[in-house]
Amino acid sequence: MSDCHGCSVATLPPPRAVDTRRHIVAIVGPPNSGKSTLFNRLTGLRQKVANFPGVTVEHRMGKVKVESGREVFAVDLPGVYSLEPRTEDERVTHDVLLGQMKDLPKPDAVLLILDSTNLARHLVLAAPVLSLGLPTLVVLNMADDLARRGGGVDVAELGMQLGAPVALVSASRGQGFDKILQFLAGATHAAPQAAPLMQLPVIQDIPKCRAWAANVGTKGKYQAPAPPHWTRRLDSIFLHPVAGPLIFILVVVAVFQAIFSWATPLMDQVSTAISWLADAIGSVMPNDALRSLVVDGLGKGVGSVLQFLPQILMLFLFIGILEDSGYLARAALIADRTMARFGLQGKSFIPLLSAYACAVPAIMATRTIENKRDRIATILIAPFMTCSARLSPYTLLIVAFIPPKPLLGVFLSLRTAVMLGLYLLGFLAALLTARLLKSTVLKSTRSSFMLEMPPYRWPTARSLGLRLVDRSKVFLRRAGTVILAVAIVIWVLAHLPLTDGKPPAIEHSFVGMVGHAVEPAIKPLGFNWKIGIGLITSLAAREVIVGTLGTIYGIEGATKESAGLQQALRQDLTLGGAVALMVFFAFAMQCMSTVAVVKRETGGWRWPIIQFTYMTGMAYVCAFLVNKAITVWL
Amino acid sequence: MLRMDLRDRLGFEGQLQVDVVMGLFQGFDIAVFQIDTWFDMQANVKKVRHATHNPEATNLMELKHGESGILDRLDLPEEDARRLMELGFLPGHAITPGHSAPGGDPRVFRVDGSEVALRRETARRLLLKHGQHLDATPIDTRKA
Repeated sequence: MSDCHGCSVATLPPPRAVDTRRHIVAIVGPPNSGKSTLFNRLTGLRQKVANFPGVTVEHRMGKVKVESGREVFAVDLPGVYSLEPRTEDERVTHDVLLGQMKDLPKPDAVLLILDSTNLARHLVLAAPVLSLGLPTLVVLNMADDLARRGGGVDVAELGMQLGAPVALVSASRGQGFDKILQFLAGATHAAPQAAPLMQLPVIQDIPKCRAWAANVGTKGKYQAPAPPHWTRRLDSIFLHPVAGPLIFILVVVAVFQAIFSWATPLMDQVSTAISWLADAIGSVMPNDALRSLVVDGLGKGVGSVLQFLPQILMLFLFIGILEDSGYLARAALIADRTMARFGLQGKSFIPLLSAYACAVPAIMATRTIENKRDRIATILIAPFMTCSARLSPYTLLIVAFIPPKPLLGVFLSLRTAVMLGLYLLGFLAALLTARLLKSTVLKSTRSSFMLEMPPYRWPTARSLGLRLVDRSKVFLRRAGTVILAVAIVIWVLAHLPLTDGKPPAIEHSFVGMVGHAVEPAIKPLGFNWKIGIGLITSLAAREVIVGTLGTIYGIEGATKESAGLQQALRQDLTLGGAVALMVFFAFAMQCMSTVAVVKRETGGWRWPIIQFTYMTGMAYVCAFLVNKAITVWL
Repeated sequence: MLRMDLRDRLGFEGQLQVDVVMGLFQGFDIAVFQIDTWFDMQANVKKVRHATHNPEATNLMELKHGESGILDRLDLPEEDARRLMELGFLPGHAITPGHSAPGGDPRVFRVDGSEVALRRETARRLLLKHGQHLDATPIDTRKA
């Protein structure tokens, strides 16, 4: 990398004596240019996810450690190919860069991230960004890839052509960051930005922009690298007409087998640790009521939810690996024809896949779908995909009711098969609903599908680790607030009203009364009144049912000497009722966060109400049928 | 002027110097290759995968594996055409089909250094220049 001689280093304005102002640096770049990797490198754990007011596009903001001590905040903007405000993503990027975004001052500088292995095409974005006139550092990412594949570029010369400083970096390895930090520090030589040698093109004209980019690249002695051989080789396996779909199925099965069998020992350890902790705290409590609150209410309630953290993290880890490695785009390609059959387009596939982790980010991810009707259809079916919150009730019921018999040798056990069946059930419900919607209220012409296939890359431990930390925070926050509160409320209501200063038997408590009141409605599904309480509390979030049942059976178990929630359930619920409960969870929309995000995305209460009614109605009918079928035939 | 190391692609040692004159008419309609070691080039051109120009193909769907064509125009609604142009499908660029989903739809197309998957009905409306018998095909679409 040559030093920047002669060319100006346009930087942030030089620091004033006491520079306490927040400096905003916008990170802009096309999709797959490594923006997020760079952002993660710069900010590490000092970042948080935020929403712009009035729009649904999430952005992340984080503090960058800069030597001069000034406050620099980086904003990671959505990936765009141009600054024409057509989709919501582009509008956000456009508005932020022009300082038209409420609550966010106009950025002081821009980091324009381009993929150096595909520079000629990515430089097209440089034209509109540079014409904004903000101090801009052009960051050419993937320097290691470029060098390995025999490409190169003259950084100084390219900078002269563009009239902006250029840095060649590898965000995944952290190479070349000194130049970025120097730029952010607004350091020593703050010369005015030089006029570009190449006149910027008319930015609306893509062919002209592309020709300009080609010229700039040539003058900057850009040498394109050889094609990515490994990607081609891997694609000939992963997109093989026969092997490709087989691998696709194998990957999906392996992920679920892994989260189901590998996570179990970890979950047991977490669960043991929590009950030990609850007992330890309980033993120092002065009176019986407090001890019961800690051990039965909190330990069993919150603890039974917390133990699912390893499993949920493992799911996010696998989705992260699939996404970061580039396989997810291939999976979307393989699945597109199936999606098309149900009236959806390929772009719906990626939100739907991430809905396996959580419907909330998935619904936000639908904003890349330009067709409004396709987008609403995708939003409406996303909550059918088996999100990680369903994992805890599923696991609880499967371990309690399904024997650990092998089905296909070591590869597939009966329990895994049931779990996969539940995933499939949600998926089929989503597809059928999509079909229904797209052939009636949301009818539209077949839309186009254009998906860029990124080269395969090794996922970095850093970015995977940050995802997991992020996810743990969300999960623990929920366990510490909603689930904790529900556990306390349930425990208190289960101990009231006091008769002669003593708590009643749980059947006669307030919880019992409410449970018995709803029991007639859920009896046909094979559920008892305790499940009824669980269903009510799980309207807040699905996994709350596990905590609630943990608390209820914990209180009951304290008097009845029963061991463990699973055993208690086995004694208290028929197989028909258990399977019906799983089916109910597969379909019902028990998640307030999802309802809220759907309302925000679709701009009103109409769609979330339709969705909630439809899903819960479907859950009720199907659970009823399943319970009847099992009771009659088994 | 572009210098490129063709070892990886052609499987022989030595560097070729290729002068690419572009942008004469509306971007990249004409690509003239002035190749120092023309003979080697001819001898090895067969080894270049996905680069045999098919002058008969009229749209992307007619390109077979190992063939390439030059994009002429996009017969699509403006919105879709713009998206595709942003992804690299600009008139004058060489396009090569790559792998596809099972059943051949959608298919990946290599254009301007990237790989983009398109459905059959979209690919059919990307029209190629046909009837041109180019002596030399742009070797790599990634070259600007």
